[in-house]
Amino acid sequence: MNASRNRTRRMDQPNTDVIQGTLDLLILKTLSLQPMHGFGIARRVEDISRGVFKVNPGSLLVALQRLERQGWLDAEWRQTENARRAKFYTLTRAGRKQLDFETADWRRRANAVARLLSAEG
Amino acid sequence: MSIWRQLTRGLRTLARRGETDAELNDEVRDYLDRTTAANVARGMSRSAAHRAARLELGNPTVTQERVRNSGWEHGVETLIVDVRYGLRRLRSNLGFTAVSAITLALGVGATTVIFSAINPILFKSLPYPRADHILAVSDVSSGPVTFGTYREILQRSRSFDALAPFKPWQPTLEGGSEPERLNGQAVGSDFFRVLGVMPARGRAFTAAEDRSGGPRVIVISDALWHRRFGGDQAIVGHTITLDDDPWLVVGIMPPSFEDVTDAGADLWMPLQYKTVFTPDDREWGHHLRLIGRERAGVTLAAARADLNQIARAPRPDLPRVPWASLANGLRVESLQDQVAGDVRPALLAVFSAVLVLLVIACVNVTNLLLARGAQRRGEFALRAALGAERGRLVRQLITESMLLSLFGGLLGILVAVAGLRAFVAVSPAGLPHVASMHLDGSALTFGLLLTTVIGLAVGVLPALHASRDDLQAGLQETSRRSVGEHHVTRRVLVVAEVALSLMLLVSAGLLLRSLQRVFAVDVGFDSSNLLTMQVQLTGPRYRQDDAKARFLDEALDAVRRVPGVTEAAFTQQLPLSGEFDVYGVHLERNSDPKDDGAALRYAVTPDYFTAMRIPLVRGRLLNAHDVAGQPRAALINQSFARSEFGADDPIGQRFRFGPDDGQWYTVVGVVGDVKQAIDALDSRKAVYITPSQWHWVDNLVSLVVRTRSASDASSMAPTVRGAIWSVDRNQPVVRVATMSTLVSTATAGRRFALVLFEVFGVAALVLAAVGIYGVLSGSVTERIREIGVRAAMGAAPTDILALILRQGMMLTAVGVALGLIGAAAATRGLVTMLFGVTRLDPPTYVGVVVLLFGVSAVACWMPAWRAARIDPSVTLRAE
Repeated sequence: MNASRNRTRRMDQPNTDVIQGTLDLLILKTLSLQPMHGFGIARRVEDISRGVFKVNPGSLLVALQRLERQGWLDAEWRQTENARRAKFYTLTRAGRKQLDFETADWRRRANAVARLLSAEG
Repeated sequence: MSIWRQLTRGLRTLARRGETDAELNDEVRDYLDRTTAANVARGMSRSAAHRAARLELGNPTVTQERVRNSGWEHGVETLIVDVRYGLRRLRSNLGFTAVSAITLALGVGATTVIFSAINPILFKSLPYPRADHILAVSDVSSGPVTFGTYREILQRSRSFDALAPFKPWQPTLEGGSEPERLNGQAVGSDFFRVLGVMPARGRAFTAAEDRSGGPRVIVISDALWHRRFGGDQAIVGHTITLDDDPWLVVGIMPPSFEDVTDAGADLWMPLQYKTVFTPDDREWGHHLRLIGRERAGVTLAAARADLNQIARAPRPDLPRVPWASLANGLRVESLQDQVAGDVRPALLAVFSAVLVLLVIACVNVTNLLLARGAQRRGEFALRAALGAERGRLVRQLITESMLLSLFGGLLGILVAVAGLRAFVAVSPAGLPHVASMHLDGSALTFGLLLTTVIGLAVGVLPALHASRDDLQAGLQETSRRSVGEHHVTRRVLVVAEVALSLMLLVSAGLLLRSLQRVFAVDVGFDSSNLLTMQVQLTGPRYRQDDAKARFLDEALDAVRRVPGVTEAAFTQQLPLSGEFDVYGVHLERNSDPKDDGAALRYAVTPDYFTAMRIPLVRGRLLNAHDVAGQPRAALINQSFARSEFGADDPIGQRFRFGPDDGQWYTVVGVVGDVKQAIDALDSRKAVYITPSQWHWVDNLVSLVVRTRSASDASSMAPTVRGAIWSVDRNQPVVRVATMSTLVSTATAGRRFALVLFEVFGVAALVLAAVGIYGVLSGSVTERIREIGVRAAMGAAPTDILALILRQGMMLTAVGVALGLIGAAAATRGLVTMLFGVTRLDPPTYVGVVVLLFGVSAVACWMPAWRAARIDPSVTLRAE
């Protein structure tokens, strides 16, 4: 239970911690394609990243709750196929803006890391 | 928006915890089902799929916990749970709760009372705008300044925006049922500007009014306006009669105005001194106080430097008389410091005493909590075994002690309300702001803050202790290990408690001994059966000396005729009344005009000595022949005779006294020394003369009446006053008091500090005894088995008794030793309040040590007796 896990990134607080923000970014990106329930998000992230990222369900549920509180996600219970209830998450407008910001931020950082790695003496 | 959402989400969760929990539960189950289904789809068997899904998800309860704990509302829930649990614990142990809460309540209450008493006097600024800019100026040599000094500062200093001298003024208001002597001040015209408060109606004085022979104008207080004039709007611009003269009311001060330079002042007149004067004019008398408002940008240090530069360098165009040479410089301090200066040491001492008491109370409660913590080790061990984190346990315990101190604090505020009433009732006259003392916001805040701090202070130690234990061991056995460690802490606390109590008791003891000394002082006269009152001769009728003398004679005759009166006499100053009238002496036999010092002047009617029972040592007393026109006769007291004449016979010696008019007083007798002030260690030189042989007849005189019995003295005041009024109905008779009342008033300040210290001392003693008892009886409970073994091995009950007693007395001894060192240091702050005892007075220290040992022996006895009666067979079987 370290404290950094519970921290949320916001536009006014550019985060230097790369690993920490990744999960939020991945969730936001996944939900930008279509509304989804928790399990769906985990699977989609795993599939698209071809298994590079495997989402721990505990962390995922905590992150979903946090993003929802931030107002970036909406959640509603829906009937699904075979008449079961599931909690579906949708990206809000604020969530979309946050995704844009986080994406740009991630690209900037990734490019910087790439430049550093390809630098020659 | 995000914070708003956080808040609403949190509140919704709190309000409908069950629903949100169910949703979370559903979500987790849904996740599990889908993972299982996915695994089955990949070809796993149903059971293997389920198991793999469980593995991936981890413990669902833990996951749910993690999600639940991520919101802020979780903290609130934990707090509610802790508070509920804490309340249950406190209720289940009512005795403990009551003792702790009452102990804390007394501590918090007493401290809050003292704080609210001290706060306005010492820390709150005076009730004026930018009060820190008001300075008081005095002459280092004499205290009060002369008008000449004021005039010079006014002309030369650049440090002030406004400067005002002032002196007391006590006119008599006529009309109404009785003549009333009012308290007022004669002030420079800038007085109200210096204070920064202007009349609410009408106006302040103008500079033109403040000159010799100026108009009779006054400003009155709101209180007087309502009390005597019914709040009549038309009073401004009208005249009222004071001392037989008409005075024009020009202004009324606002209701909130408080004159800190004279708390009882009800009216003000312009000082109206001459600006051109000769050395024998009153303008060169040291009888004025001086205040000024600093010019913007001037600091206290700068004002000080400025005024002392002026003091050092006289200017020929502003000549000074020798006695106002300012040779020792001027004292410049803030008015606040001047007002608080006298009472500050006493108040700080009392405040320190109450803080010590509070610390003792806290130590006691900490001890109780530690003892209880030891009893609850099993409970903590169980909770730890069930997965409670240490932080969680500490938090729980601190919540409990916070609850306890909250109860204590709330009770303490009740104690404070009652205590403040008692405090005001016993506080001596002259303690500034007493009337305005109440539990205000700052005192309540202080009390609550104190409570919080105490809650943390008393909670942290026991909490850390309880949670630090080897909890595993705690589960297995509840009495053996780590008990020793508890004991060390608790013993240290008891030692601290004993030491602190000793410090308080020594202080209380020293004050008690001082007061005994004060009462044992021979005042030099018989103070029983004496009634005293002050008579003021006012109005145009008494502008002539012979008229005053005639009034005194007639009044005295009338008083003597009152049944029950045995003797009556007038004196212009009364012992123990706070008056000091001193004039310079020049002896004839010291031909060179050196300074022969000064002596108290008593202008008395001849009966004074018999009425007061002042003994004649040699020569004769004054008599009816010592009147104006006859050779001037004087009595001197023994101190005078001893210091000026030594072994020589003083009878027949001559001296000049007071203003030098070339006439000699001849010593006709020597009388016993009388204390003018009860606190004076040595008697001062004194001269007694008749009123008509002094340079003038005083307007303000005191009547002393000896009655047949003490009860007469207090009950005959109206009759005696009636006798005076039978001579002249318009003369106010004030300050009616028996001499024994004057004695107790003179000692009021010291008695006040004493009462507080005694109360705190006794409280400290009780708390220390409770503390010692608590620790020892806890120790006996924990050692039942060991004691049982000892008994089984053949230890006699007396051995066990001695064992426990020895343990308790050791703690006391260590505490006493430390306390003695502490007391020797702490009583430094008391020195100014002591009289006739040193702060290291051996009998006090011995007495307190004996007392503490006695009390702790009693406190040890009960647990020891209980230990001695332990039946070995019962305790051993219980193991």
